[in-house]
Amino acid sequence: MKIKQLSIFLQNRMGSLSKPLEVLSEADVNIRAMCMADTSEFGILRLVVDNPERGKEALEENSFLVKITEIIGVEMNDTPGGLTSILKVIKENEIDLEYLYAFTHEKEGKAILLLHADKLEELIDALKEKDIVIVQADEVYNL
Amino acid sequence: MFWNEEIETMPREDLEELQLKKLQATVKRAFDKIPYYNNRYTEAEVFPEDIETLKDIEKLPFITKDDLRQSYPFGLFAVDISEIKELHSSSGTTGKPVVSGYTDKDLDTWAETTARGLTMMGLGEEDILQNTHGYGMFTGGFGVHYGCHKIGAAIIPISTGQTRRQIEIMEDFGATGLIFTPSYGIHIGEVALEDGIDPKNLGIKAIGFGAEMWTEEIRQRVEELFGCKAFNIYGLTELMGPGVGVECEAQEGLHIAEDIYYPEIIDPNTCTTLGADTPGELVLTNLEREGMPVIRFRTKDLTKITYEKCSCGRTHARMSRITGRSDDMIKVKGVAIFPSQIEKALLKVGDVEPHYLIIVTRPGTLDEIEVKVEASQDIFFDGVKEMMAVQEKIGKSIENETGIRVKVTLVEPKTLPRFEGKAKRVIDERNLH
Repeated sequence: MKIKQLSIFLQNRMGSLSKPLEVLSEADVNIRAMCMADTSEFGILRLVVDNPERGKEALEENSFLVKITEIIGVEMNDTPGGLTSILKVIKENEIDLEYLYAFTHEKEGKAILLLHADKLEELIDALKEKDIVIVQADEVYNL
Repeated sequence: MFWNEEIETMPREDLEELQLKKLQATVKRAFDKIPYYNNRYTEAEVFPEDIETLKDIEKLPFITKDDLRQSYPFGLFAVDISEIKELHSSSGTTGKPVVSGYTDKDLDTWAETTARGLTMMGLGEEDILQNTHGYGMFTGGFGVHYGCHKIGAAIIPISTGQTRRQIEIMEDFGATGLIFTPSYGIHIGEVALEDGIDPKNLGIKAIGFGAEMWTEEIRQRVEELFGCKAFNIYGLTELMGPGVGVECEAQEGLHIAEDIYYPEIIDPNTCTTLGADTPGELVLTNLEREGMPVIRFRTKDLTKITYEKCSCGRTHARMSRITGRSDDMIKVKGVAIFPSQIEKALLKVGDVEPHYLIIVTRPGTLDEIEVKVEASQDIFFDGVKEMMAVQEKIGKSIENETGIRVKVTLVEPKTLPRFEGKAKRVIDERNLH
């Protein structure tokens, strides 16, 4: 159920994003979704890819600092208010989100929201209770 | 002007005879009274009676900062604690500090050396000396203080910091002499200018420099700012404190108080003694110390010595300004830092195999230090907040180890240079060499 996300440490300087992406492309790893958290000096690049294990290995071979972090993906309506309705559930359950990002795919009218919280299990339970669909990891990898 | 003309201008032959007598007495006392020397010399099969000429000093083993540290706190004292009147310790914060103990006579000897130095700088009883060196365990403050009492000048024991107050006191009290580290001196000068006070009009006659490395350009800048000559002062807590060497009006090297300290220059790699005018590591021996005689101390400071008579009339040897270190110690803001301290600080925050680089710069007049640390699995977390906390924690840990605040930058793995053998951990961009 949990999605294995790659978290990569990068320095914040010109061109630092291109090298890891090249490495992944050479390893034939496809990126499903990405987001970047940055400060003036460094950043953390977060990627959901089709093959996280292979991605990690390729990046580490090239000296990148990579961690696999577990996140979850939920299906939301690709309409105004789609995100709000999910966030409302999370807020009501007093769960502190660390970060989130989203992407759309071929499924019409739907988008996938990726979420990370320290209390991931609680988050899953809270969402399930409200019948929010948690996307299976394989589904995301094999989109 | 001489403080002790007879000694300071003594013909070299007589001086060497005096040195030999004092050296023999020092070695004998150390051997008899201090187990450390007794063991070391017995192991090396060298005994006090083997010192028949000054050159025989080369038979004796060296003593290092580590040896001194292992004797912490009072292991190298030759007298009972009841005879010790003052205790100091070195600013180096690697592990235990080095303690220095002084009897009444030692304090007087120390004052004698700084009195000679202040007199070389042209200061006397009419003068008012503002001492910005820190008072405390650091010997910089008190060494100058005692020498100042000896020459009969008035001392302003203001210590470091509070720059605007420093300037106000200088102006109001009419200070004629200043003691500072070169970078702090330039800072004082620039702050004064900002406030519309031209330091040249303060009436300063002479400046004494100490506690950090500097260049001729820095000296010129200070001399221009204050409109007077600036003189180099050298010393180490291990040997006593400031006053080991001081420059005279000729400003062509620092006169070592040779009746009190015996200097040698060695090759830091082979440890063989080098001749005059050859650059190497300075080794010093106390010739006149009751409380804690230190024999053949490796200072790790690089310099060279000339024995030619100086134009000022003094016969005592002159050392050039320190041009570097034979180890990797750096001095930042007057504080001694070893890369090993940074390493220790990184280990403490959980970085198991730290790779780091220390970059020292002087963007304006004050030193800045940046520590680049390669991020590793041990200190990498998937959150900006956590990473900022890691940075902060490293900074705090380094501050705890070294006493100074540094900028910490996390960099990607394997982006810092790798070295075969001994790693180069420091990039000093201050151009002090």
